[in-house]
Amino acid sequence: MIVRKPLPRWADLVLVPFLNLTLAFLISGLVVLIIGENPLEAVKILLYGAFGYGEGLGYTLHFATNFVFAGLAFSIASHAGQFNIGAEGQAYVAGLGAILVALALDQTHWLLVMPLAMIAAGALGGFWGFVPGYLAAKRGSHVVITTIMFNFIASAFMVYMLNNVLKEPSNMAPESATVVNAGKMPQLREWWDYFGYSPLNVMFFVAILALIATYILLWRTELGYKIRTMGQNPNAAHYAGISNSAIVMIAMTIAGAVAGMIALNEVLGVQNRLVLDFVFGYGFVGIAVGLMGRNHPIGIALAAVLFGALYQGGQELAFMMPAVTREMILVIQALVILFTGAMEGLFRGPLEMMFGMLEFSKSDTKDDAAASSKS
Amino acid sequence: MTDKSQANEQRSSGTAVSPNAATSQLAIELVGINKHFGPVHANKDIDLKVTRGTVHGIVGENGAGKTTLMSILYGFYTAESGKIFVDGKQVTIKDSSHALELGIGMVHQHFMLVDNFTVLENVVLGAEDSALLQPSLDKARKVMAQLARDYELEVDPDALIEDLSVGGQQRVEILKALYRGAEILILDEPTGVLTPSEADHLFKVLKTLREQGKTILLITHKLREIMAITDDVSVMRQGAMVKTLQTKNTDPAELAELMVGRRVLLRVDKGESTPGDVKLEVKDLVVKDDMGITRVKGINFEVRAGEIVGIAGVSGNGQSDMLEAITGMRKADGGKLIVKGKEVVIKGDDGAAKLRDMSVAHVPEDRQELGLVVTFEQWENAILGYQDDDKYGKGAFLSIPAARAEANRHIEKFDIRPANNRLKVANFSGGNQQKIVLAREMSRNPDVLIVGQPTRGVDIGAIEFIHNQIVAMRDAGKAVLLVSVELDEVRSLADRLLVMFDGHIVGEVDPATATEAELGLLMAGVSSENKESAK
Amino acid sequence: MGFFDSLILLLDSTVRLTVPLLLACLAGLYSERAGIFDIGLEGKMLAGAFGAAVVAALTGSAWLGLFAGIGVSMAMALIHGVASITFRGNQIISGVAINFLAAGLTTLLGQTWFKQGGRTPQLNGDARFNGFDFPFADQLADVPVIGGIYSELLSGHNILVYAAFFAVPITYFVLFRTRFGLRLRASGENPKAVDTAGVNVNMMRFKAVLITGILCGIAGAYLSTGMSSGFVKDMTAGRGFIALAALIFAKWMPVPALYACLLFGFLSALGNFMQGAELPIIGEVPVQLIQALPYILTVVLLAGFIGKAVGPKAGGIPYVKER
Repeated sequence: MIVRKPLPRWADLVLVPFLNLTLAFLISGLVVLIIGENPLEAVKILLYGAFGYGEGLGYTLHFATNFVFAGLAFSIASHAGQFNIGAEGQAYVAGLGAILVALALDQTHWLLVMPLAMIAAGALGGFWGFVPGYLAAKRGSHVVITTIMFNFIASAFMVYMLNNVLKEPSNMAPESATVVNAGKMPQLREWWDYFGYSPLNVMFFVAILALIATYILLWRTELGYKIRTMGQNPNAAHYAGISNSAIVMIAMTIAGAVAGMIALNEVLGVQNRLVLDFVFGYGFVGIAVGLMGRNHPIGIALAAVLFGALYQGGQELAFMMPAVTREMILVIQALVILFTGAMEGLFRGPLEMMFGMLEFSKSDTKDDAAASSKS
Repeated sequence: MTDKSQANEQRSSGTAVSPNAATSQLAIELVGINKHFGPVHANKDIDLKVTRGTVHGIVGENGAGKTTLMSILYGFYTAESGKIFVDGKQVTIKDSSHALELGIGMVHQHFMLVDNFTVLENVVLGAEDSALLQPSLDKARKVMAQLARDYELEVDPDALIEDLSVGGQQRVEILKALYRGAEILILDEPTGVLTPSEADHLFKVLKTLREQGKTILLITHKLREIMAITDDVSVMRQGAMVKTLQTKNTDPAELAELMVGRRVLLRVDKGESTPGDVKLEVKDLVVKDDMGITRVKGINFEVRAGEIVGIAGVSGNGQSDMLEAITGMRKADGGKLIVKGKEVVIKGDDGAAKLRDMSVAHVPEDRQELGLVVTFEQWENAILGYQDDDKYGKGAFLSIPAARAEANRHIEKFDIRPANNRLKVANFSGGNQQKIVLAREMSRNPDVLIVGQPTRGVDIGAIEFIHNQIVAMRDAGKAVLLVSVELDEVRSLADRLLVMFDGHIVGEVDPATATEAELGLLMAGVSSENKESAK
Repeated sequence: MGFFDSLILLLDSTVRLTVPLLLACLAGLYSERAGIFDIGLEGKMLAGAFGAAVVAALTGSAWLGLFAGIGVSMAMALIHGVASITFRGNQIISGVAINFLAAGLTTLLGQTWFKQGGRTPQLNGDARFNGFDFPFADQLADVPVIGGIYSELLSGHNILVYAAFFAVPITYFVLFRTRFGLRLRASGENPKAVDTAGVNVNMMRFKAVLITGILCGIAGAYLSTGMSSGFVKDMTAGRGFIALAALIFAKWMPVPALYACLLFGFLSALGNFMQGAELPIIGEVPVQLIQALPYILTVVLLAGFIGKAVGPKAGGIPYVKER
C-alpha cells in the first residue's frame, strides 16, 4: 500500500519551491517564445541588466529594498494567520508622513530627517494596517477584503492630498514640493561611484536591518513567539493565555509600519517629492516575495533580490528586446504567485507519493532481510 | 494489507449472498469491516447483523468507532476490507447517493442542513425531480404533510432552518431521509443536542417508524436510551465490536462495563492522601458552549492541597466545558471560581494567562488541538503558556538557551523520546506528545494541577509513568483535579471521585470501595439519589 | 443646460458605468455563492476586454469578439478553478495571480501583435456594439420629461447594456427557482450537506466558476467593444474591485446587486460630473471622496456598523471529502 507521507524538510523547503519556480519560469519562457523572441537570449540580457554592471546592480538592489519591506509586510501578518494584501495602500499613505517630515526639516541633517521620517511613515502605514486588523479582531471583518478596500481608499485620499493640500500653487502637476537638501536619503553612489546613476540609497541598509529585526522579532522575542503561535494554532494560543485579538492588531500594525518604509526609499530616495502612485505595485509584489520566501527573512531576502533583478533586468530587456515589454515582469510575477502560492500542491502530491514509495521499498527490503535472516 | 484482513477476505469471499439471508430477516449485515485513519485503526474486523423492523442500538464511548462504521454504511467513507449486505444482497456503497438508492438514510450528529434554506429546500436538495424547482417543492410539500400525519413529524415547511429549534432541525433530517424513501434509518447520537421533552418526542417517532416496518440504527452513548427503545444492542470499544445482545436480556450496568471494558488494571502505588487547605473551589458553575447550549448546569466541588479529585463520566456530559471555564479559556455563565481563596473573573480572550499566573497548571484534554503547536519544535512547546516568564528571557526577549535547557530538563525527567528538542512535535508519538505537555505543566511546580484525559491515545508504558507522575504531584502537596472518561484511571488515581452526567455532578463515591456496577449506573444517569451531595 | 437635462445626462452616464460593474458583480455572485472567493474579477474582465477587442479588430465582428472575450475570461476562470478547487489552493492567492497575469499578458500580447503601446486598433462600425434607438425615440425626443427619459436614458444603448440589466432577473431565477441554483447556493453554505445529499460539490463549484468567467467576459467585451472603441492598457481601472465591493454591499443577492451597482455607478458618474464643480452651501466636494465612497461604505458595512454582511458560510474553504 502506498501511503502519502509528509515530505522531508529539505524537500519541503528547497525541492518544492524549486520545482514550482522552475515551472513558472518555463511557462514564462514559453510566453517569450510566443511573442517571437528567444527565451535564452532574453535570460542573458535580463541577467546582465540586473547584475552585469554597477548601475544595473544598484537598480536591482534598489528594487529589492522595496520588495524586502513589502515582503516583510506580507509575511509578518502571515505569521499571525492574517492575509495582508494592503501593503500597497499602507506604503502609499506612509509617503505622506515621509514627505511632511522631510519638507519640514529639509534644512537640518539627514541623520535627523531619516529617523523622524521613518517614524512618521511607520506611524501612518501602521495605522493603515491597524484599522483592518482592528476590524478583523473586534468586528469580524475579512482582512483580505478590508485591505483591498483600504488600498483604494488610500489611493483616493492621496490624490486628494496631492491635488488639494500638498500641491504648490505654481505647479500644475499633482505633486508636493521638492526636497533639495537634508530631506534626501543619501545615495550610495555618493560613496561608491560603482553604482552609477542608480538610486540605491541608505534605505538599503535599513532593509537589511529590517530583515534581521524581523528575524529577531519573530524568533527571539515573546511577542514573536505569540504571533507565531497564533498563526500556527489559534486554539493553542488561546490555551496559552495569548489574546488572539491583540496579536492580530499588533501584527497588522507592524506589517503596515514596515510597508511604510517603501515610502522613504521611493519618495525620499528617488523622487525627492511626493508623486501620484509612487508605490507602483511594489506592495503587491510583496505577496509574491513573501510566498516565495516562505515567510522567512532569508527567503524573503533571496526572493526580493530575484524580483529586483526581474524588475531591473526586465527594463533592460524591454530596451534591448522591444517586443518583450515591461509587462513581462507582471506575467512572471503572476506565474510565480500562481505556482508557488495557489498551486503549491501541484508537485506536493506526486512528491509525497514518490517519497512514500521510496520509504516503502526501503522498508520492504528491510523486512525481506529480516525474514531471510530468521529463516 | 495485513494478514488479518486478508484472512477476512478469504473467509467471506465467493458468496454474493449473505449466508444468513435465507434464514432470517436481516436488513443489514456487515462482515469483517476495516478502516484506518492514518495510524488509527478506527474499525477492526467489525461484524454486525441488524434485523429488519427493529431498533438496533450501537453503544460505545467517543472514539469507539461507531460513527465511522455508520459512515461506511452510508457511503461517506470507504472500508478498506469487508463486505456489506443490504437486504441479503452484497453491495459496494460508492457514495451517499448510492446509499440513498439502497434505502439507507442517515441523520448525522452534526446536521447536514443548510441554515439559511427553508425546510422544504433542504428536503428536496439533491432529490429534485426536474430542472425547475417549483414542481419538486410542491411535491415535497404534499409528501411532508403525509409524513407528518404518519409519524408525528410536524415542521413548518417554509421555516428557515436557522429559526428552528434543534429538535425541529432533527425532524427535518429525518424527513429528508424518509422523503428519499429510506427503509433503514441511521441516527448518530440523536439526543445529544435535544431537551428531554424533545428526546421523548423523538422516541415516539422512532417507535412509530418501527411499527411501519422501518429499520433503525441508533448510535448513542446513553444507556438509558438503549434500554428505553432498542430491541437489540451492539457494544463497540476501541474500534472493535465487543458484543451484540438482546436488550431485554441485559441491563445498564452490564453495558457500561462492556463499553468501558475490563482493562488490565494498572497498579498505582499510592499511600493515603493528606488533604490540606482548599486550593480550588467551584460554586454553582454554569457554562454554555459556543452554540449557546448550557453544558454545565450548576456544579459545586472543591479540591484540596494533597488530594486528587477525579471526575468520571461518559464523555460529552459537560466535562470539557467545565474544564475550559475553570482554566480561564471560557467565561462562565454563572457561579464562581475561587482559587486559593480569591475569586477569579475572566474577561477578554487571554483568561488562561490569569490562571497560570495564579499557579494553576492545565493539561488539556485535546493535546494536539490545544496543548501543543505541532508545527513547532519541542523546545518551543516546552514554554507554551509560560512565554512571558522571566525564566525564559529578560524583558521582551526570549532566551533560546534558557528555553532549550528547560526542554532538556523535561526530556530527561519525563523520558521523552526521541530526546531531541529540535524535533517538531508532530513527529513525536502520542505518548511522548502527552509527556511534553505534562512535563511543561508539572515542572512549573503549580499549586493546582488540572488534568484532562491524561492517557488518551497513550501506550501502556507511558500510562503507568504518567499515573505515577500525577500521584507524585499529589504527594508533593498539590491540589489535583483529574477528568477522565477512563473509569479505571480515575478509580485508581483519585482520592475522591465525582461522577458527572448531563452537566450535573450526580454523585460522589469512594473510589476504593465503589463497585463498577454502582459507577456504571451513576455514569449512565440512572441513579437519581445523591444529586447534590457533591461537596 | 437645464437641471433636468443635466440630470438625464448624469443618469445616462450612470447607466453606462453601471453595466460593467453589474456584469462583474453578478459574475462574482455565482462564484462566491458556490463557495469560491473571487478577487480575480478584475483580471478576468481585463482579459475578456482584450480578447474581445483583438478578435473584433481582426474579424470586424463585435459578436465574434464577444465570444472570444468570453472564451478568454473562461480560460482564466478555469485556472482559478483548477488552483482553488482541484488543488485546494488559497483562493485569494489564485485571484491575485490572475489579476497580475491578465494585466501583464494583455499589454504584452497587445504590444506584440499591434505595436500600439498595448492598445488594440481602433474599432469601427460592426466591430463595436453600437447603440440602437427605440421606436419613435427621435420623434419623442422633444417631448418634455418623457422625451428625455425615453430617448436619452432608455433608448440608444447597445445590446450588452440591456443584456446586463436583463441578467439580473435571470440570475435571480437561476439561483432561486432552479435545481441548479439550489445546489449551487447549498455548495457555498454547507458543502457537506450537498455531498451527503449525493451531489458532487466540486463539479457544482466548477460550473459556478465558469459562469463567472462568462459574465466577466461579457463585462470585458462591453468595456472594449461597447463603451470604448478598442482595448487600452488597464482599462478595467479597478472596476472588478468595485464590483466585489458591490457584491458585499448587496449581501450576495442579485436584485440588491443591481441597486448597489447603480449606486456605485452613479457615484462614479457623479465623480466625473463634479470635477471642479461648486455646490451651493457645501462648496467644492472632493471628487476623491465620491470615488472612495464605495470602498468606505463596504468597509463600514463589513464591520457591521450598518447592518451586517455575512457571506456564504463555506466561502474560501476548499471542500475536502474524507475517504
